[in-house]
Amino acid sequence: MKSEQAALQVQGLTKRFDRLAVDALDLTVRAGEFYALVGPNGAGKTTTLRMVAGLLRPDAGSVAIFGVDALSDPVAAKQIMAWVSDEPMIYDKLTPVEYLEFVAGLWGVDPKRSTPAARDLLVSLGLEPHLNERCEGFSKGMRQKVALAGALVHDPSLIILDEPLTGLDALSARHVKGILSERVRAGCTVIMTTHILEVAERMADRIGVIAAGRLVAEGTLDELRAQNGHRNTSLEDLFIALVDENAEAA
Amino acid sequence: MSGSTTLTWFARHELKLAWREWLAMMTGGRRGRKRAAAIGLIAFAALMHLPAYAVIGRFATLQLPLDKTSLIVLTSTILLAWALMLSQAIESVTRVFYARADLDLIMSSPAKLTNIFSVRIAAIALMVTGMALLFSTPFVDVLVLNGGARWLAGFGVVVAIGFSAAALAIAITILLFRLIGPARTRLIAQIVAAIIGAGFVIALQVAAILSYGTLSRFAVLTSDAAAAFAPGPDSLLWWPARAALGDIEALLALLAASLVLLGGVMAIFSPRFADTAIGASAQAITSRRGNRALAFRGGSRQQALRRKEFLLLKRDPWLISQTLMQLLYLVPPALLLWRSFSDSSAAIVLITPVVVMAAGQLAGGLAWLTICGEDAADLVATAPLSPAAVLRAKIEVVLIVIGAVFAPLVAALALASPLQSAVTAVGVALGAASATAIQLWFRVQARRSQFRRRQTSSRLATIAEAFSSIGWAATSALALSLPAEAAASGLLTAAIVAITWKLSPRRG
Repeated sequence: MKSEQAALQVQGLTKRFDRLAVDALDLTVRAGEFYALVGPNGAGKTTTLRMVAGLLRPDAGSVAIFGVDALSDPVAAKQIMAWVSDEPMIYDKLTPVEYLEFVAGLWGVDPKRSTPAARDLLVSLGLEPHLNERCEGFSKGMRQKVALAGALVHDPSLIILDEPLTGLDALSARHVKGILSERVRAGCTVIMTTHILEVAERMADRIGVIAAGRLVAEGTLDELRAQNGHRNTSLEDLFIALVDENAEAA
Repeated sequence: MSGSTTLTWFARHELKLAWREWLAMMTGGRRGRKRAAAIGLIAFAALMHLPAYAVIGRFATLQLPLDKTSLIVLTSTILLAWALMLSQAIESVTRVFYARADLDLIMSSPAKLTNIFSVRIAAIALMVTGMALLFSTPFVDVLVLNGGARWLAGFGVVVAIGFSAAALAIAITILLFRLIGPARTRLIAQIVAAIIGAGFVIALQVAAILSYGTLSRFAVLTSDAAAAFAPGPDSLLWWPARAALGDIEALLALLAASLVLLGGVMAIFSPRFADTAIGASAQAITSRRGNRALAFRGGSRQQALRRKEFLLLKRDPWLISQTLMQLLYLVPPALLLWRSFSDSSAAIVLITPVVVMAAGQLAGGLAWLTICGEDAADLVATAPLSPAAVLRAKIEVVLIVIGAVFAPLVAALALASPLQSAVTAVGVALGAASATAIQLWFRVQARRSQFRRRQTSSRLATIAEAFSSIGWAATSALALSLPAEAAASGLLTAAIVAITWKLSPRRG
């Protein structure tokens, strides 16, 4: 049973670059929910999440993380969330253990708690043989795992992931999915963007479809099917139908 | 494609890449700036003729045969230029090995690798020589205008020493790979490059201090002892000097020798070039093991940031070599200090501007690495710290490192002259603070590996940083002897910093 408290409440979120990237977006993600944001390339998924994470300043709108206004009190909002980019940016000259200890230090986690947690996380992600090797020679998949472990080490209430499975092999992807599901079961909220619709279909409690900077559909898979009159169709078919409809309307 | 076609095609490809890289460096990667860059470059080249005239103009009338002292000075100048080119070439070769951008593609292609790498070696030689020709042109121009066309031979000497420096750099780097392995070569090669680049000047300064109690290199070169020690006028050692003065026989011999050396290196090392490149790539894939670090345990969030910066600086091979170079340049002043302490020489005053200048330059590099060179920018930006707290922690790192490097020298200076020590300390603080502030005002997020191109992000910041370091160095030196002039120099430097702030994108 999921809590009804909003982990993320976005209202009227707007961002314009050369063109309108996010168009007065309203989005609510409940606490303890696994929420997948899907959409075609350039739909505004990453821009939306970067604004939520405090990496981009919105032109208009509001963002609240567990009731904390992320625009007026970003430090308090950041304390309870984690961001993982699709391009894993970690320090080449640090080992995974050092990286996680640094992240724990940034979030002010007691070392007595973070040190064993860091090791457990890295081991669970299959990085045990590389714990004390510098990250400079790591593959993209290994770097992605280190970045993910960094996001989890301070035990955030809200985890935002942008295409977290890109570059991972099947086994690693399964590990990551397992860890994320486990976190959700423990009460954490996960929001992720993905192009792998099967992942969204299988893992997400609710799915949001974004196109041209607007949320064009939202709900569980059954709700999406019911809303659009496509019974027994896959998310892929539904997604294509929704995006096509939106393109025609535009 | 036949072998020769491949060779020509690859040579064209290399030249195109080198040209575009150079253009990007000049224009800061902005397409619309080509014309402005060309005008700037021409203006700079024209302006360079003035200092060139001041430095070298009086030598234009030199004629063969030269006396021994002139031969020593000219040969040493050529040797200095050669050492600097060798240093630059070692740096270029190391970069080619470790930059994996196209090595995978080249080595997986069916082209003959020996040919391909011969072209690449030739490209390195051309690049090093081209840069040297560019910088030497104002000097040769001045000599030609004042001393006649015979000085055009100077260009030939530059080509000869450029080719030989590139050949030797390739040999040194590949031998380092064989001797100490790819893991250590990167760092050691950069240190060797720094020592070679600075070593010759420093060795002359050290000799001048020990023998004559002055920082002037010419004191040694023009001494009777050097003339007595030098070989006779027919020695091969003087051929580069004779070639520069227009001796065609010496010039042709020098060019032939450098081409033979480069050809020999290409023949011997081209087949090994691929192995070395693979070795370097493999080193990048296999990771280096680190000690189980306790660096981040405990402390505040700002402490975690500071510790991270210290750890990354400690593990940065470029920074280590650059710091080593700065420290090497501090050896002569330190030696002069030690000598002056025993015989109360007035030359001690020369230490202050050298130290202040070094502090400004080191602070600028450190500030870029810590403030702009953030590899995990998203992580730091999403951490529960205010941007001001992050910046404060990073600035503290720069100032702590500068303090740690320069405090011992300032403390030693206090034993000889407390007033000069105080002035030097203030100069170091002002130089470091100005350089850091300029980097802060012009900060652009980048990866640490982009350090070599930091100047291209803002040429204004680079020029302002250099002028503020020079300005504070001059102010500190003047403060010890001419207080009124020091006040004027200080105000001028402060005005440069203020104007830089006014023009910076971060103003307000």
